[in-house]
Amino acid sequence: MNVSSEPADLVSRQRYFGWVGRLSAAQRGVLIAMLIFAAMFIVYGWKQAAGLTPNMINTAANKGALLALVAMAQTLPVITRGLDLSVGATFVLANCLASTIVVGGPVATTFGIFGVLLLGLACGAVNGVIIVYGRLQPLIATLATSAAYFGIALAIRPQPGGLVNFELADFMTRSTFAVPHTVLLLLAVVVFIWIPYRRSVLGRAAFAIGSSEQAAYMSGIPINRAKMLAYTLSGLLASIGGILLTALTYSGAAKMSIANEYTLNSIGAVVIGGTSLFGGVGSAVGSIFGAFVMRTVGDLLIVFDINPVLQPLFVGVVLLVAVSLGSLRVLRIKNRLDIYR
Amino acid sequence: MSVSGVIARQFDRATLIAFGCVVVLLLIGAMVEPAFLSPKYLIQQLHTASFLGVVASGVMLVILLGHIDLSIPWTIGVGGMMATGATGFLGPEWGVTLAVPFGVLCGALIGTVNGLGVAYLRAPAMIFTLGMNAVAQGLMVYHTGGFAPQDRATEFMRELAVGHFIPGIPNPLLIWIVLGAAIVFMLNRSVLGRRIYAVGNQERSVFLSGVDTRKVILACFIFSGACAALTGVLLAGWANRSYQAMGDPYLLPTIAAIILGGTNVLGGRGKYVGTIAGVILITILQSMLSVVQPQRYFAQLGVDIPADTFRQVVFGVVIIGMLLIYGRQQLVR
Repeated sequence: MNVSSEPADLVSRQRYFGWVGRLSAAQRGVLIAMLIFAAMFIVYGWKQAAGLTPNMINTAANKGALLALVAMAQTLPVITRGLDLSVGATFVLANCLASTIVVGGPVATTFGIFGVLLLGLACGAVNGVIIVYGRLQPLIATLATSAAYFGIALAIRPQPGGLVNFELADFMTRSTFAVPHTVLLLLAVVVFIWIPYRRSVLGRAAFAIGSSEQAAYMSGIPINRAKMLAYTLSGLLASIGGILLTALTYSGAAKMSIANEYTLNSIGAVVIGGTSLFGGVGSAVGSIFGAFVMRTVGDLLIVFDINPVLQPLFVGVVLLVAVSLGSLRVLRIKNRLDIYR
Repeated sequence: MSVSGVIARQFDRATLIAFGCVVVLLLIGAMVEPAFLSPKYLIQQLHTASFLGVVASGVMLVILLGHIDLSIPWTIGVGGMMATGATGFLGPEWGVTLAVPFGVLCGALIGTVNGLGVAYLRAPAMIFTLGMNAVAQGLMVYHTGGFAPQDRATEFMRELAVGHFIPGIPNPLLIWIVLGAAIVFMLNRSVLGRRIYAVGNQERSVFLSGVDTRKVILACFIFSGACAALTGVLLAGWANRSYQAMGDPYLLPTIAAIILGGTNVLGGRGKYVGTIAGVILITILQSMLSVVQPQRYFAQLGVDIPADTFRQVVFGVVIIGMLLIYGRQQLVR
């Protein structure tokens, strides 16, 4: 569904790159993100004095999984050539609500989880309605709703604190056969949410809209429903992240800095994961690896004895390098007119 | 074209609605608290608004091009912290004299990198400026962690932020008026202004007309960085010191003010007078929410809700509500 997979192009790519050339742009993006992550993690494990213990992998996975869920939430609107700047606020709001209602016995906890997921769906649906039926720019609409969602989070939890069901928290922080449960959660989200979505009519419609909304409209694709679904699912994924944050920290906190950090890093993770900010190309699986790359930057700083306060600097440099690599195509373009849109 | 025609053209529908909302807000405020309409309060509001106005001036040009500058929070921080810490770089004598230009120059440097990335590397502005924001943050953290820099504002910065060069008009407001007049002139009367609107509409056509559009984009990003840094300098003078994250509360209000003023996020359309209206509207709204204190009414009902909740929720709802009135996109067909 992207322009670069035209047959002639495909043939030449196959000739030069073998099986890698046969991959779609999104698949190549995932592969690159995976390789970067693998390289970084190997360096990390190699520099670590104690080697890679299951405990260490668990900690790294927990940190990465939080950003991975928010990054997946960001991926869906980005594929439709939109954007969701409220994922961080939804994440924090879900965290605050979960620290209030995901408590008590198994039944109460289950209802609590459903409550938080419903809230996430509602947040996403509100974004969707404003963007689709209100016809506002996603950037400004979600910037405004993020302020509102954060305000509600503050009302739920004016001071950091709260509780969470202990069994849930304990389960999410442990690992089975060195596979952290957070990784299993990510796998479940991919298998039960991302893949069915990707294969559904509305999921494919989202890619078509991202490539060209005009063409999608002319082809009779249900644009409004597809966009609504993308934003609503985005809210759901962010709220799953919020529940996980509650389980990992045993508490809830309404902090603007957390919301901003996750929103910004999610965009970085999405780009590193091979999703195009211009829409139409992308994969939530890539975003998972993108998120892990962003998080491993911090871990690498620690093993290389670099002051951890410099983390934003390195994350920023990684981001700049990632987008600049993407712009290498400028050098290959023969007709300079193609550079300009 | 007659002068009155030029002036009338500056007030499009969005601008008029935004100014109308300012008047309505002030009238509502005056009913609760008559002091809202006193000249002292209004000048004080314009004083506060001028910080937002200066940063919005730069970002507006970038938005007119169809790009966006998300690096403003930490560019503001860089402006403030570099101006107060200039003695560490330029020595105790020059550091005091050149504090303000040094701070603005550092902001312009960030803008230059942004502009090079967006114009020459063709990187998406959103993600590139976001990355620069993180880099600027990292550099500032390194700066403060390294050798405990000077964070006190110089006498001149203090004077710039709170003094009155012309009696009755605070200096930041004067700076905003001069800056705004220059931008209005530039956008309406100069080649650069026409090119900015043209690039925002269709960069391709501008390129085919023989204009190096990349230079136009670069210039706007440099200007945006310099404006944000100037805001940082003024804020540091206002608070008498610079601190990390001093620019964080400015990202949402800046973009909101520009969009509320009728500038199209996709570029090519928008009047500077609209941005002025948006800035004043946002400032009055924030001020009213802290004066009216709706949380008191809820506390009487036994519901304890923090004040910030109202500020955030009302802020978000008002922005969306106003945009639904006049900021809607065309239907795809």
